[in-house]
Amino acid sequence: MIVRIMGEGQVRLADSHFPELDELDDELLAEMEAGDGAGFRRTLHALLDRVRELGTPLPDDSLEPSELILPAPDATLEEVRSLLSDDGLIPGR
Amino acid sequence: MSGVMKRMGMIFRAKANKALDRAEDPRETLDYSYQKQLELLQKVRRGVADVATSRKRLELQLNQLQGQSAKLEDQGRKALALGREDLAREALSRRAALQQQVTDLETQHQTLQGEEEKLTLAAQRLQAKVDAFRTRKETIKATYTAAQAQTRIAESFSGISEEMSDVGVAIQRAEDKTAQLQARAGAIDELLASGALDDQSGLAKDDIQAELDRLSGGTDVELELQRMKAELAGGTSAQQQAIEGGDGAQQQGQAQGEGRQAPRFDKS
Repeated sequence: MIVRIMGEGQVRLADSHFPELDELDDELLAEMEAGDGAGFRRTLHALLDRVRELGTPLPDDSLEPSELILPAPDATLEEVRSLLSDDGLIPGR
Repeated sequence: MSGVMKRMGMIFRAKANKALDRAEDPRETLDYSYQKQLELLQKVRRGVADVATSRKRLELQLNQLQGQSAKLEDQGRKALALGREDLAREALSRRAALQQQVTDLETQHQTLQGEEEKLTLAAQRLQAKVDAFRTRKETIKATYTAAQAQTRIAESFSGISEEMSDVGVAIQRAEDKTAQLQARAGAIDELLASGALDDQSGLAKDDIQAELDRLSGGTDVELELQRMKAELAGGTSAQQQAIEGGDGAQQQGQAQGEGRQAPRFDKS
């Protein structure tokens, strides 16, 4: 599966890694919904680190659609929340 | 789907699909994107050229300053030879000011050279990316065109097969109907013949009734024969009655023959 880290690029990940990543991802969502900024940052970094460790980076010029997308490492809880709001990533679209 | 990365992926895909839906032809979008990249590359190249021009201008200024500096040094030497130390001092102090400018310009020159190298490298990288994108774009366009053609072929095939299957269904339906009718007619014949089904016309008879009729008919014939024999001995009027009775039996037989055919059409 191809995962994009916003602002960094794409990595290819084997499906076998997903159970572990899903746990972190669910944790991240819970922290975001609870408004736990510190926890969110910690988990986001842990998740991104794991994705970078386990994944193989794709060349910048490859045009592969991403199946999963992760916020940029410096994204704040509020930014991610707004990304997931109804207005979405590209306002007005 | 619950986590952040899954949700974001879904939103991205939804947006991308919307954007694609809006685009009349994805090939045009790719070409537009390529055009934009070329424009960006052109800008970077223009930037490289601007920086290089500035660098050359600085080099010219440096040459001029160094020339003036050398000239002042020469003048100072000559002034000293002529015993004019004051003039020599003046020449050397002017040269020192020029030297300061030269040093400043040299620093600027170095900076510009660094910028120029960076920009040249960036332009080369961008060029490589644009080239790669062009190749990829052409591949995608070709794939898209092929996929479109395949879809069209598949559509026309499915159209044909749909029509064929319509014809097939119609034939099948006709065959089924015929077989059904034949089976039903056969079954009715058998049922009528066996007496399990009542003849609605009331004319057809089952085999038991037929046998009973035959037996009773036989008895009647015997009785009639006896009666006729008795009448023959008696006179002509009795002979006339016997002839009328025979005609009646013949008419009944004809009606029975028609009666076996009639219900088959009525029921099927």
